[in-house]
Amino acid sequence: MEQGTIKMEHGSGGKLSKALMEEVILPAYGNPVLNEMHDGASVSTAGNKVAFTTDSYVVKPLFFAGGNIGKLAVCGTVNDLAMTGSVPRYLSVGMILEEGFPIADLRRIVETMCQTAKEAGVMIVTGDTKVVNKGAGDGIYINTAGIGDIIEGTNISPKRVQPGQDVILSGYIGDHATAIMAGRHELVLPTSIQSDCAPLNGLVKEMLTAVPQIAVLRDPTRGGVAATLNEIAEQSGTGILLEEDTIPVRPEVDAVCEILGFDPLYLANEGKLLAFVDAKYSGKLLEIMHKHEFGKDARIIGKVTADAVGQVGMRTSIGGIRIVDMPIGGQIPRIC
Amino acid sequence: MLEAKQDTKKIASFLLQEIDRLITKPVRLMEVCGTHTVAIFRAGIRQVLPTQVELVSGPGCPVCVTADEYMDMAIAYAKRQDVILATFGDMLKVPGSTSSLGEAKANGADIRIVYSPLESLEIAANHPDKNVIFLAVGFETTAPTAAATVLSAAEKKLKNFFVLSAHKLVPPALKTLLVDPEVKVDGFILPGHVCAITGEEPFQFLPEQYHMPAVVAGFEPLDILQTVYLLAKQIHDGRTSVENEYKRIVKKNGNPVARQMLAEVYEPADAIWRGIGLIPNSGLRVNERYQSFDAQVALPIEVEKTVKQTACRCGQVLRGLIKPTECRLFGKACLPEHPVGACMVSVEGSCAAWYKYGSGRYQYGTGNN
Repeated sequence: MEQGTIKMEHGSGGKLSKALMEEVILPAYGNPVLNEMHDGASVSTAGNKVAFTTDSYVVKPLFFAGGNIGKLAVCGTVNDLAMTGSVPRYLSVGMILEEGFPIADLRRIVETMCQTAKEAGVMIVTGDTKVVNKGAGDGIYINTAGIGDIIEGTNISPKRVQPGQDVILSGYIGDHATAIMAGRHELVLPTSIQSDCAPLNGLVKEMLTAVPQIAVLRDPTRGGVAATLNEIAEQSGTGILLEEDTIPVRPEVDAVCEILGFDPLYLANEGKLLAFVDAKYSGKLLEIMHKHEFGKDARIIGKVTADAVGQVGMRTSIGGIRIVDMPIGGQIPRIC
Repeated sequence: MLEAKQDTKKIASFLLQEIDRLITKPVRLMEVCGTHTVAIFRAGIRQVLPTQVELVSGPGCPVCVTADEYMDMAIAYAKRQDVILATFGDMLKVPGSTSSLGEAKANGADIRIVYSPLESLEIAANHPDKNVIFLAVGFETTAPTAAATVLSAAEKKLKNFFVLSAHKLVPPALKTLLVDPEVKVDGFILPGHVCAITGEEPFQFLPEQYHMPAVVAGFEPLDILQTVYLLAKQIHDGRTSVENEYKRIVKKNGNPVARQMLAEVYEPADAIWRGIGLIPNSGLRVNERYQSFDAQVALPIEVEKTVKQTACRCGQVLRGLIKPTECRLFGKACLPEHPVGACMVSVEGSCAAWYKYGSGRYQYGTGNN
């Protein structure tokens, strides 16, 4: 790595995260499964196809409008499993607690985890707890890992993305990041802005049952829709062209972005998914999604192109075309 | 409603037709606000304008025009054990002569990122044993908040809060550009946020002394197209004035309350602009009444002078002499992840915007995969 120390941007899901993976992690223990770089791994154990994933949660503040770190930790792993085309089954929970952390807060967090796990139909079957000295952590960090059963007949892989396919987004973007930013800076926002944090496995199961031909599913978390689509464009060797007019952003989120200088395309979501599917199945898929609580605002936001391989572009509302680049690090606010 | 999506396309295509009709020879219009630079790219405005209309970016990004000398001083303060530096995030990556604040932070300097200068008062109150220095960077838009912070610190009798001012004023910079024989501009897209504070008056010299069309612009795609249309009309009619396209925000006399706050705390001073050099009375320094909050007065520090040699052409980019893509470092040695020049650092810098929005990089429709 060019710079000798870890910077915050290495953890943001953008270019530097990717560089860290490619230059430090993959050379050490890369293998055909890991090299796929999907949200979760598809592996076989005793002849069964299983999805396996892990994720760590260090969100600040711990409690925010629409959820808390516990809900995030369950949903995040459940969603990563769902995006692999599986039915999530079992989770592990590892917690690192900081000395002095209020037990009442911990209780709130684990109760939420229990409730969210129930909602998602998964069992938390193993776990671990460690305590570090005061000052060595931020209250609580949580790691969850999970396994799920791959749904028969599905084959989720960026390699199946083809020019002409539609890009479908399940709903409004940027809600989670906006709720977190508001919490962090004590901005008073309308109650309509809440984290979208939700388990998407129910929606995914219905989507895959109706249209098993779905090529790729991905939840646009860190780095937002922009980072996720750039990854897919690169992994699939295709281009993606978005239509600005079709991308659903709440006016309140737009307003906060305006103030803080953010672009909603780069904001994290915790209850949204992107699906790539042959255009002939789009109608059927949207119909299924619209019936579901977490997919009712789904729509086609763009197309896969043979042009501009590895790049994501956008036709703007006034008819210009521009690139939607991979984010480098976290977004920083403008100062004038 | 202007913003309604279905109408946007219709209005845009009408304005574009009119611009095309009015402009009969090549013109160069300069925007002097980083937010405009980004808005122009985000909306893809360059591609829809007639080829005769060229938009060029001026020195409109406060981070970009901040000189090496200032960064060196900030880094020197940051390295002091008794100092906590509070700054907007953009400043971390701005290169000084030999280092950056980001490097200083990685090496243990206590540098906190704030979203509002007022947050630095909290830091000062929580760390009475440390000197908290806020890096006051920005144009007329952000300077009043910094002034309000100093006033609030005075009211709270905080003894450990200071500002290191690099505030800059837009009108003197425009004047300097206009007397520069290398700079060719046919009209100005004036910074809406700055004008919301200053009002129209400080820009009247543009038509009056330099016969230069100028329009105060908002930041939506249609605001910018409307502004280009108004400039095209002035150019076509051969008349010049300061027009206001952004009336919903910008009052003719700006924001007198904010200006009064500025005048209470600051006074005009000569300032060094990256790429341009010293411009008389183009900066703001803390005045005598509030000197105890001026880091340079209250905590004087010696900074070694170093001269940096690079092939970076930020200076020419900032004056609109060259496009970022004409710099041979652009997109190669100089990238957003490791910027050589300040224009690649801030999200609102010309080079960063050109790079981020794909100018010269995006291959859609080129058949050039």
